[in-house]
Parts: sequence; structure tokens; C-alpha cells
Amino acid sequence: MRVYPAVFALGLRRYSAYRAATFAGLLTNCVFGVINALVLLALFAVRPQINGYDSGDAVTQVFVAQSLIAAVAVMGPPLDLDERVRSGAVATDLLRPVSLTAWWLFDDLGRAAFQLLFRSVPTFGVGALLFDLRLPDCALRWTAVLASFALAVVVSFGLRYLYALSGFWLLDTRGVWAVAGLLGPVAAGMLLPLPLFPAAIGEVLRLLPWASMVQVPADVLLGKDTLPGGGVPGGLAVQAAWAVVLLALGAWTATRATRRVVVQGG
Amino acid sequence: MAETHAPAPERLAWTLRTYVRLAWTWCRALAQYPASLLLLTGMVVLASAAEMGAVAIVFGHAGTLVGFTVFEGLLVYALAATAFGCADLLMGSVERLGQHIRTGSFDAMLVRPVSPLVQLATDGFSPRRLGKVVPALAVLAVSLTVCDIDWTVSRALMLPVLLASSIALCCAVWLAASCTQFVATDAREAANSLTYGGQALTEYPLALYGRGIVRAVTFAVPLAFVSWQPALYLLDRPDPTGLPAALRWAAPAVAVLSCVLAAAAWRSGLRRYRSTGS
Repeated sequence: MRVYPAVFALGLRRYSAYRAATFAGLLTNCVFGVINALVLLALFAVRPQINGYDSGDAVTQVFVAQSLIAAVAVMGPPLDLDERVRSGAVATDLLRPVSLTAWWLFDDLGRAAFQLLFRSVPTFGVGALLFDLRLPDCALRWTAVLASFALAVVVSFGLRYLYALSGFWLLDTRGVWAVAGLLGPVAAGMLLPLPLFPAAIGEVLRLLPWASMVQVPADVLLGKDTLPGGGVPGGLAVQAAWAVVLLALGAWTATRATRRVVVQGG
Repeated sequence: MAETHAPAPERLAWTLRTYVRLAWTWCRALAQYPASLLLLTGMVVLASAAEMGAVAIVFGHAGTLVGFTVFEGLLVYALAATAFGCADLLMGSVERLGQHIRTGSFDAMLVRPVSPLVQLATDGFSPRRLGKVVPALAVLAVSLTVCDIDWTVSRALMLPVLLASSIALCCAVWLAASCTQFVATDAREAANSLTYGGQALTEYPLALYGRGIVRAVTFAVPLAFVSWQPALYLLDRPDPTGLPAALRWAAPAVAVLSCVLAAAAWRSGLRRYRSTGS
């Protein structure tokens, strides 16, 4: 199947067209990273340890979150599929002799690959220049971090694909996004690291798929033993499990949804 | 256009009336879907609650941060959230300038006999944003009652002046940041680092960012006058970063100056604007 690499490449190329927007986004990520990092540094200056987190862990997590914000699109933008369901253009997508899920997955992976290269890497680099970040010390752990970031992107697609498919029933996904754009950053550990939450809430949020987009990748990078199973392999396993479950759920929902489609006109 | 020859106060009144009328049109349009409007406003309220929760969690863990207790911290948060919330309600739509330029709808605004700034600011006016303002005002009221404030006559009189200044200052920040889109139409997110970034920055007592940043946001981009200087005045604290106490009286002047500068940026942007052509 050569079509999927082509869709991936086109997704990547499309995003590379907006250079000013990429630079502007990068600037915003860095500004927010610095603000959040300084707030947490002030907090940890008063309380050096909170639930196993110290200032280095917290500042590193802040920059993991800011680096991943564009790649995992936790606050949006939605997939283009949302608008195509609303306008009816999805009929064209359904005519193609390829899987709807795989088509949009590879399109989004192309977008995410661009964002990882040109938003995540520079943002994290700026963070590492300005602050004392906790970095993995061997190639194996860096590989685990890359795998974790990649899985975060797939989980993020799985969620956004489900939001988009809800449009087949709701017609407009703005309401879904209003809820998801609010719940997502909180549950992901983007607003604040989950260890700072009251323990009971933090534990529940860690089990939800949103945590696989920021909190788990951050813990994998930090090599925390609070990960499920007590270490990095457990964290990757949780992310992989959510990726599989969400993609399977998405594919199943897509077949249900397409059976309902009525295309008007002709 | 008769209005241009009318005396200044009349022109201003006419502009304000147009603003209200256009904003009201959008409110009525949105009210056609009452359930949707209520639910989405509820979501904005919850988002504000989450932000406030983050501030409360940070102060909850710390006890006191740079000498500010939880409620004093929430007072700073509420001042910032009120000012930015009101500015977002009144002027937030100007951040879509780049989009209007790209699609050509900005050209349509220029040929209508209404100030393009009023049209831009009211375009897509959303009463949903009250979902930011109302919770912020509630937190402000609570923290003003709970905090140990010496309510002299001058403090009671200064409170509305300080609030009006911070709202005007935030509107100026919003407009000035959006004017960069005259130069770089795609760079909307860069403006966000000043607007939403400014809000994130001023939600905490500025002293925790260190002296360098406090001086930068006092003298370069005067965000210190949104929440930090007003809070110092209300709580009657000496400035922990060592800046003179007289600064806290400067907020209204700073607000006026910022508005003048933002208006100048808007005018110069408008003058050098060449349509995208076709």
C-alpha cells in the first residue's frame, strides 16, 4: 500500500507551508513554558518535595507539555474530518478504496511529524538552555522517550478521531470540542503536573487516555517509578494499550457511522 | 459621512452606540440557539474554575508564596482574570484580524461607514465570554472580603479606577498584539503569547518571577499594572522587588498611555495596509 506513505508525506508538507505560524506557535510555547516553570520553581522552593516530584521533575514536565502541545493537539485544532462530516465532503473520502481510519491516521501522523520536528524539538531545546532539565542519560532511554512521544501522538489521533466521528450523529463537533478542550489539558497533566493534584483525583486521571498524551511521556522521560508497573516499560504498555483500544474503537465506530450516511444531491 | 464633521463627543457617542448595536446583533443571533449558548457558557465557566483551581492548588501546597497567602494569591488571580476576561469580551475578536485580511472580509469592513475597529471588535461578539468575567468577579468579591484590607475612603474610591485601568490596559495589549498581523498575517499565535501569556503571567504575584521579569513587565510591557501593583496597593504591601511605592498610583496614566500607543499602532497598520489583492 503506497497510498498511506503518500498521505503521510502530504500531511507533513501541508503543515510546512505555514512558517510564520510555526514560528509564532514556537514563541508562544516557550513563553508559556518559562511562565509555568517559574511558578513551579517558586512553589518547589517552598516545598522541595511534593508526592515524589521535585523542582527538576516539575520544570522538565512543563517543557515536555509545551513541546507536545502542538503534536498531540490536546486543545485542538480538530481533524479536518470534523468539517468534512458537517459539510458533506466526507462522501468523497468514503468513495476512496482505502480505509477511512488509516487515511486520516496517516494524514494526522504527517502533521504530527512536522510538529514534533519543528515545534517539540526547538521548544524543548529552549527549555534545556534556560532551565536545568532532567534528561535521560543513555541512548536506550532516549529511544523509550521517542517511542512514548510517538504513542502519545497515536493516542491523540484516536481521541480526536472519535470526536470527529461523533459528528455523524451530532452534525457539529464544536460542543464535543468545548468539553474535550477543557477536560483534555487538565486530565493530560498539561495545566499542572498530575502529582500536584489531590492524590485520589490524580490516580484516576492517570488511568484515563488523556494522561498518555503528556503525563506518561513526561514520566517516561524522567524514568519515574510511579508509572504503572513501576517503570518505563509499564508506561509504554499503557500508552500502547490506549492506542490500540482507541484505534479499534474508532474503526468500529467508523463502520457504524458510514452505514448511517445519507448523501444528498447528486 | 456626516459623522466625521460632527464634534468629538458626538462622534464618540455614535461610535459607542454602533459598538453596542453590533454586539447586540451578535448576542441575538447566538440566542437563537439558547441550549447551545448556555452549555458553551457553562464550559467557559468550568475552564475558569480549572484555572482558578490550579492557582489554589499551587498556593495550597506552598502555604504562602512570596509572602502571599492563598486568598491574597486568589486576589491577584481575580484582578488579572477580571481584567483579561473583560478585555477578551470587549476586544477579543480583534485577534482574528489576520483571518479577515486573508479572506478579504477586512476589505469589506473598510468600505462600510463604521469604524473598522468597531466592526472588527464586535465581529463574532460572544456573550459566552461572560463565563470568564462572572466567576472572576465572584472570586474578586470573596478575596476582597477575606483578605485583610484596610478599607480607607481612598482605597474604596481607587478600586473601580484600578479595575477600569487594568481593563483598558488589557484591551490595549490585545489590540497592539493583534496589529502585528498587519505585518505577518499568519502570526496570530505570537500575539497569544502576549495576551493569554500576559494573563498567565499576571495571575500570580509577579515577585515570584524574579526582579528582571518584574522590571521588564513594569517598564517595557506594563503588565505589572494589571494585577500586581493594584494588589500591592489594596493590601498595602511594600514592593518585595524594591520598586518605589509611588508606582501603584501610576496605573491610570499607564493605561491611558498604552491605549494611545495601541491606537497609534492600529492607525499606522491601517495606513500601510494593502489588500491581499486577487
